[in-house]
Amino acid sequence: MHVDALIAPLLNGSAQGALLLLAALGLSLTFGQMGVINMAHGEFLMIGAFAAYLVQQVITASDLSIPVALPVAFVVAGLFGLLLEVTIIQWMYRRPLDTLLVTVGVGLILQQAALQIFPSQGVPVEKPGWLDGQLNILGYEWPLRQLFTILLATVCVAALSAWLKYTSFGRRIRATVHNRDLAETSGISTRTVDRLTFFTGSGLAGVAGVAASLIGGTNSQMGAQYIIPAFLVVAAGGIGQLKGTIIAAWAVGVALSYFAYWTTGSLAQVLAFILVIVFLQLRPQGLFTVRTRSLA
Amino acid sequence: MTKPWISLSGIGVFAVLLLGVAPFVLTDHWLNNLGKYCCWAIVAVGIGLVWGRGGMLVMGQGVFFALGAYSMAMHLTLETAGDRIPGFMVLYDPLAPLPAFWEPFRSAGFTLLAIVVLPVVLAGVLGYALFKRRVKGAYFAILTQALAVALAILISSTIRETGGDTGLSDFKYFFGYVLNDPANKLMVYLIAAGLLVVCLLAVWQLYRSRFGELLVATRDAEERVRFLGYDPANVKLVAFVVSALMASIGGAMFVPIVGIITPAEIGAAASIMMIAGVAFGGRASLFGPALGAMAVGWGQSSLGSTWPEGWTYILGLLFVVVILFLPNGLSSLPARIAAARRKPDAQPTPAAVPTAAELEEVRS
Repeated sequence: MHVDALIAPLLNGSAQGALLLLAALGLSLTFGQMGVINMAHGEFLMIGAFAAYLVQQVITASDLSIPVALPVAFVVAGLFGLLLEVTIIQWMYRRPLDTLLVTVGVGLILQQAALQIFPSQGVPVEKPGWLDGQLNILGYEWPLRQLFTILLATVCVAALSAWLKYTSFGRRIRATVHNRDLAETSGISTRTVDRLTFFTGSGLAGVAGVAASLIGGTNSQMGAQYIIPAFLVVAAGGIGQLKGTIIAAWAVGVALSYFAYWTTGSLAQVLAFILVIVFLQLRPQGLFTVRTRSLA
Repeated sequence: MTKPWISLSGIGVFAVLLLGVAPFVLTDHWLNNLGKYCCWAIVAVGIGLVWGRGGMLVMGQGVFFALGAYSMAMHLTLETAGDRIPGFMVLYDPLAPLPAFWEPFRSAGFTLLAIVVLPVVLAGVLGYALFKRRVKGAYFAILTQALAVALAILISSTIRETGGDTGLSDFKYFFGYVLNDPANKLMVYLIAAGLLVVCLLAVWQLYRSRFGELLVATRDAEERVRFLGYDPANVKLVAFVVSALMASIGGAMFVPIVGIITPAEIGAAASIMMIAGVAFGGRASLFGPALGAMAVGWGQSSLGSTWPEGWTYILGLLFVVVILFLPNGLSSLPARIAAARRKPDAQPTPAAVPTAAELEEVRS
């Protein structure tokens, strides 16, 4: 077999993994913090993508619009997340499984709203000119668009981990993830921490949405497409573990890419699912876990 | 908990209404619709068992629904095609032979066996893999949904083997009976409604048994069950397998009644709709899941056809409102109203104590 047959899916899969990582990052953050799976996370991603489209209606130069769209999408999706937390999720922290269902309902409503506001076939997001073309690294042509996704994911991860590590809010978040009751006893307002976490996590979904809009189209179904793979990444990576999420996202992305290369795109999804199930047999708590004394 | 004979007579009344009254008072169109709701109700009874009583949220019952539905649909397609290759296959490649996995479905016996065995084996393997490794809560929920999504995508993409997005339809015969004949349509309806009554009886018996108590105990305090010497994984496994079987039966009856099966009926959205009915009616109660599923099915066919956008909003709101304010569904409403009417300082009556316990949230 020629080397290219092995390398091409690797490049492609790394970019796919980076996109998955962006989608899973916020999910992992809110799940780790609150034990809440936000099924509307995919719809926040969609909101980010539509935000990119709307920004382009104002700033028509696509070279400029995408850099502007990234922070806008972060804030808009973040505010939607905050709204969800304040109106619904804060009332049901003791019922994590029910939260999952409630957010399914919210996701349905957001999808339908998007379908009615925007054309059903979706809206195009113009790709900036500086994303066209390829970069030659080690004798292989890397499409700039894929490199951009990888770079964006790297920047987001770096920013998030720096924020978690060096700021006082970040320390409070980590304390709450490790032991909510103890954190509260030490005077941390877990309510404020929860809201901030939800804002940040949802905002990251918005950023992922901008990246996704540059690769695929922008339509009301796009969130549903990302939520399941993103959750598989979170499950395989381990709760509340940035390190695990990164490795799992890359592994799932590359595995999907190779499976799709050898078989078909649809069979690849089934194989990736089986892979995650088998992996959970080896490590039921994911790649890395927070050590606790809980019996479960 | 109500006395067993009350529930049993409830099932009796339900059976009389479905089997004795409905065929005489409903038009053919609505009787057919009622048959469709019965199929969803059968799935819902299984979800009630595994989620309401067992505390395991399954978001992918569409998988097992699909196993039953496609087994049945393949048999009916072959019955209609006779000795020839089914029409949609010829469309893509006139000379290709019947795919190997279709061949055994020519036999009626094999088809009936497959409807029972396939979901039991798949749920057994999947449940064993997950429960033994103590995968639960949101993990279990999403993994099952991931499977449903993957299966729906797989069926969509294999057009020649499964009909793809257009699915399988145009069935003329049902085990030798002409499907168009009103008398045979009535028979198919009666089978579906009868199976629903049988499923209700089965869970009624299960809930009364030691297994039913173990299941609730596993839901509420899994560790204690383990300390008592039972393996919670086995308890969950049995509930999951039974629910998968019910979903498959529901799917199998769906095919002759509705006349078509497509991947859209089994994917994420369809699987979530199945849960919506259970949540709406009352997940842990005996009748709640079945009645809720029928109500949601009715809502979909009456509202969904005239006002599809509105129906999606209503379904979304239903999830939010019911789960936020009425986690045990409509079936818990009478007990709640009674509790609200009682004076706060009054002693709880003996009958109210278990009801209050029932109202406690289902923990993951």
